[in-house]
Amino acid sequence: MLLLAVSMIASLSIGSAGLSFGDVWGILIHQLPGMPDPADKWTSGEIAIVTQVRLSRIWLDVMVGACLALAGAGFQGVLRNPLADPYTLGVASGSSVGAAFIILTGMQLALGLWTIPVVAFATGILTLLAVIWLSRTRGVMQIETIILSGVIIQSFLGAFVSLMVSMSQGVVNQILFWIMGSLAHRSWEHVYMMIPFLVLAFPVLLYYSQSLNLFTLGERHASHMGVKVERTKLIVMMVSTLLTAAAVSVSGVIGFVGLVVPHLIRLIVGPDYRLIIPLAGIGGGIFMLWADTLARTVLSPKELPLGVVTALIGAPFFAYLLHRRMKVEGGVKS
Amino acid sequence: MSLVANQVGALIQGVAVLDGISATFERNRIYGIIGPNGVGKSTLLHILSGSDAPSSGSVALDGMPLTDMTGKPLARKLAVLQQGGLPPVGFTVREVVAMGRFPHQNWLGGEAEDPESIIAGAIDAMGLTGLQSRKLHQLSGGERQRVALAKLMAQQPEILLLDEPTTYLDIGYQIELLDTVKAWQKRKELLVIAVLHDLNLASLYCDKLIALHKGRIAAEGAPEEVLQPAIIETLYGAKTTLVKHPATGVPQLILQPGTEV
Repeated sequence: MLLLAVSMIASLSIGSAGLSFGDVWGILIHQLPGMPDPADKWTSGEIAIVTQVRLSRIWLDVMVGACLALAGAGFQGVLRNPLADPYTLGVASGSSVGAAFIILTGMQLALGLWTIPVVAFATGILTLLAVIWLSRTRGVMQIETIILSGVIIQSFLGAFVSLMVSMSQGVVNQILFWIMGSLAHRSWEHVYMMIPFLVLAFPVLLYYSQSLNLFTLGERHASHMGVKVERTKLIVMMVSTLLTAAAVSVSGVIGFVGLVVPHLIRLIVGPDYRLIIPLAGIGGGIFMLWADTLARTVLSPKELPLGVVTALIGAPFFAYLLHRRMKVEGGVKS
Repeated sequence: MSLVANQVGALIQGVAVLDGISATFERNRIYGIIGPNGVGKSTLLHILSGSDAPSSGSVALDGMPLTDMTGKPLARKLAVLQQGGLPPVGFTVREVVAMGRFPHQNWLGGEAEDPESIIAGAIDAMGLTGLQSRKLHQLSGGERQRVALAKLMAQQPEILLLDEPTTYLDIGYQIELLDTVKAWQKRKELLVIAVLHDLNLASLYCDKLIALHKGRIAAEGAPEEVLQPAIIETLYGAKTTLVKHPATGVPQLILQPGTEV
């Protein structure tokens, strides 16, 4: 929590507009009621950068990161597969198909801001069902093949989104950024849009965290201990998909956050989901915050797509996990 | 308290594995289910545990159909030691044993009474006190099986189902495990139903045996009634000689080679 707060403060002060640490804080403090009007000390442009651009973006970083990391922890727990995350399962790509369709046709202008996450959730769920259906052999869901199916579906849908984009007459640059994952050009209304998703999903995942602990012993074990296995699987996967859809609607497809963060947390605190779930939420926020800070400052004033940064960090980590899993023969290491 | 199977049948991919199994299991007894490989012993145990539904017939616990009792209420009454034991997870022995309290927890994860003494008692009874902060993947198969049993003790069931509990254990661990089960069974007057491969172990520990053959009950009764060389030959196609255990007097079977040596 403390680390999150420190990261937010630090990230707020870093940016391409050339404002000093003192300037940023001066502006922020002047926003508090009872303080003198900041307009006589800073230009209105500088004030807008801090309060409108940076502050909202930092909150978005934290929330998108938390959503993806929570979704990843949920998928990993319920599928008992350390390689599962919204990206490798194809759910993120599935959500992005729905979201891209709405954005490109401009339907959100007609139907409101909520259209994108709702449609993204619907296509995300459909994708998850397709992946599960593909990975079933003789009616049993194969833990090992689900990632394979997910990756297949993910690349297919990714190509589908690219196709939609190439056929559109929109602002290509902005849409490309969205495909690669980015939090540029977002505002406070996106922050408000994400709040209900987190508020709804986080307690649900926390409620099921002890059930997820029992899942690590195997589904039959869990059911003998009184866990309602099918219901738990359904609800946790639905909620994780909902979180993914919320994140994708705002940021596009950002890979590997949902994979890397729960693992880092697991390395630190051990396998207990009662700790992993809340800490993955916080850790996801911190991770995303720093990734986005890097994305907008490394080549300043040019901005890197956020998805590129997380993939550059995440892909080698994924390879390492895969390698280690092949070495540790048998059993789900958790 | 009793568990009653009434005309239980099971189909696996269209093939009848169990057909018209009826049996009554009473408290304070150990029942052994024996029979050759693939005869449906584990399937029967899954149905008796309520985790699989029978394709025909029913199972009732104290008159209540098992299909109407799921989740935590059932897990407070009935615990299962699974075939294959616990996987090598990263939880400590103590954490896994504490998971046995799950059916007694409310939705916030709390309990009416402090479970610490129950958990510590289960760890102590299985001789795991020195290992309690070790992680499961650091333990041997025999030690993990003791953890599994300690978890079931923490669950405080009235009925205990064991699915081939001694497979993969050496004879020292086999005897130790069954001794512990027997002592626990006597102390709490549990109803124990165990699928066992080893007929001589079954004879040593069980009050009653049920022999399955081709999906039906071929023989049932006290070990001396069921462990007859003629019955055993029908079940397994193997020739045996019956002797009395020199110390306890229960029947023991000695194998005979199929061809003259």
